Amino acid sequence: MEGGELPGLLVNEIGGICGILHSHVAFLRKHFYLITMKELLENRKHLSRKVQAIYLWWHKPVIDRELLQSLPNLKVIANSGVGMDHLDLKLVASFGVKMANAPRAVCSSTADAGMALLLASARRLVEVHHIAISSSMDYCEADILGVKVSGATLGIIGMGRIGYKIALRAKAFEMKILYHNRTQRKAQEEQAVGATYCEKIDSLLQQADFVMVAVSLTPQTRNLIGKRELELMKPTATLVNISRGAVVDQEALVMALQTGVIWAAALDVTYPEPLPRDHPLLKLKNVIITPHLGIKTDKTTYMITEEAVENILAALNGLPMPSEVLPS
Amino acid sequence: MEGQELPYVLIDCIGGVHGVYEDHVGFLQKHFHLITMKEYLENKTLLSKKIRAIYMWYQKPVVNKELLQSLPNLRIVASSGVGIDHLDLNLLSSFGVKVSNTPFIVSTDTADLGMALMLASSRRLVEGYEMAVSPDTEYFPADWLGAEVSGATLGIVGMGTIGYKVAERAKAFEMKILYHNRSQRKKEEESAVGAVYCKKIDDLLQQSDFVLLAVNLTPQTHKLIGKRELELMKPTATLINISRGLLVDQDALVEALQNKVIKAAALDVTYPEPLPRDHPLLKLKNVIITPHIGSATKKTRRIMMEEMTESIQAGIAGLPIPHEVLP
Repeated sequence: MEGGELPGLLVNEIGGICGILHSHVAFLRKHFYLITMKELLENRKHLSRKVQAIYLWWHKPVIDRELLQSLPNLKVIANSGVGMDHLDLKLVASFGVKMANAPRAVCSSTADAGMALLLASARRLVEVHHIAISSSMDYCEADILGVKVSGATLGIIGMGRIGYKIALRAKAFEMKILYHNRTQRKAQEEQAVGATYCEKIDSLLQQADFVMVAVSLTPQTRNLIGKRELELMKPTATLVNISRGAVVDQEALVMALQTGVIWAAALDVTYPEPLPRDHPLLKLKNVIITPHLGIKTDKTTYMITEEAVENILAALNGLPMPSEVLPS
Repeated sequence: MEGQELPYVLIDCIGGVHGVYEDHVGFLQKHFHLITMKEYLENKTLLSKKIRAIYMWYQKPVVNKELLQSLPNLRIVASSGVGIDHLDLNLLSSFGVKVSNTPFIVSTDTADLGMALMLASSRRLVEGYEMAVSPDTEYFPADWLGAEVSGATLGIVGMGTIGYKVAERAKAFEMKILYHNRSQRKKEEESAVGAVYCKKIDDLLQQSDFVLLAVNLTPQTHKLIGKRELELMKPTATLINISRGLLVDQDALVEALQNKVIKAAALDVTYPEPLPRDHPLLKLKNVIITPHIGSATKKTRRIMMEEMTESIQAGIAGLPIPHEVLP
């Protein structure tokens, strides 16, 4: 990089609805010459050749064939976060462009969010807070009792890094832990959290008091939780989703919640985000929805950017990338 | 129990905000003849000599000298929950009345709630929910952020059964744990949760990202957290109270929250409960309040009721009382 410019990094925007956080800009500018989409569009001739990397923030800018064709020196796309379902991996790879996500940065924060949702739902936190600050405080204590978390059974669907961190946390709450995963974890890993493998998802669904969905969204996991799965769950069970809205058949979920097939749901993710303002999920008393806050902390967002920069610099220097994502 | 009446037990009321639960009544009536305060007041002459025990649910009925004088055969007051600050133990003892509580069964639920409040507060769960469901929401802004719990420092004030259970849970979140207590815990207990003893509460307050109160209310702990303590806390810190409202100087807390001396508070307990509807704490954006639900799960409340029943039966029979509270 001596005597030369810093490599060009394309971002959607700085600040704004889904722009790069202002607090990350100084760090990015140490390593890159930042180019926003607006600047690129206004000065294509000059800037398109300078772009060697793209940093996606909240899935933007949208990566399509047109954009890929217009950036001849693009070598790598780094995604903020771990989910890659919004990218056409094969298309990107066909242009010889590498991809990376940020699997390590997101784990603790997302696991924390999963536990926060589970606890808030079980103890009816949102509901009782509103009672506590209401002008009338007209309630009956017997009517606002929650569900005991300690000692209950947690079924984790998807025991990757995030699922495992959830298991570590749940163990401390003396929860009984079941898990379903494409593959079984090593015996020591299972023992460390006291988790029992359920080769069939049905077995997990039938026993769990809380079902925590922590899988990636792939063609195989789309609508993984549908009418059949919801009906297998206990009528006293709660569904917690911290993965992707599309993993759950939303219409089936609404029906199940309305008819008491399951007890409650706590969703950090929906499809779309945000939901249309007249969506039934927004009105159900037994649903908590949060605005995809799994990674939304100062610390984690910064760690995501650090992880992305690590990957981008490795790719630009022809070195192995810490978290390269290959088209499967 | 053939040919004998069931023992008469005084309760405040059935149903309503804090009365004995309708679905506990069946069990209680198998063992006792329940008399509500209303029934008692309407028929004092007949009932006062019959009452052998008081089933005190959510600190009611209130037991004072007058009531004790009018219940000559009262043997025991069974109080729900672990806190006994609402009871005048010396007064009760002077009338030869025994006291019991339900100390251990409440621990895990209360510790769970402490964690729930810490997570909800730091991740802005209530605000986030309101954003997610608000009719005005068009998008979720990228710069709407909360604060991390994992890896942060938790200072536990009061390391009894509940405080220790909080520590066990917090350890799994990779939190750094400090604690302040009348006495230091054993080394093995400390290392099991990675907790570091702070003999001076100041040290805990200055280093913690979250300060959680899990201490009994006694004359010594009254207003334990006042202006001075709040000013020692980090401006980025959150106060979590799952013990008693009176541990905190509430006016000082309001000021501290309004002036950003501390970042936020999450309170399951206040003084009084409930707060007057125009109280500033109810309006602050950086405050979560819950209506004293520490032990409020169906399972736990059921077990509390059963334990109180056992204690009353033992008290009436003159046998050793489970969970007796001595003055």
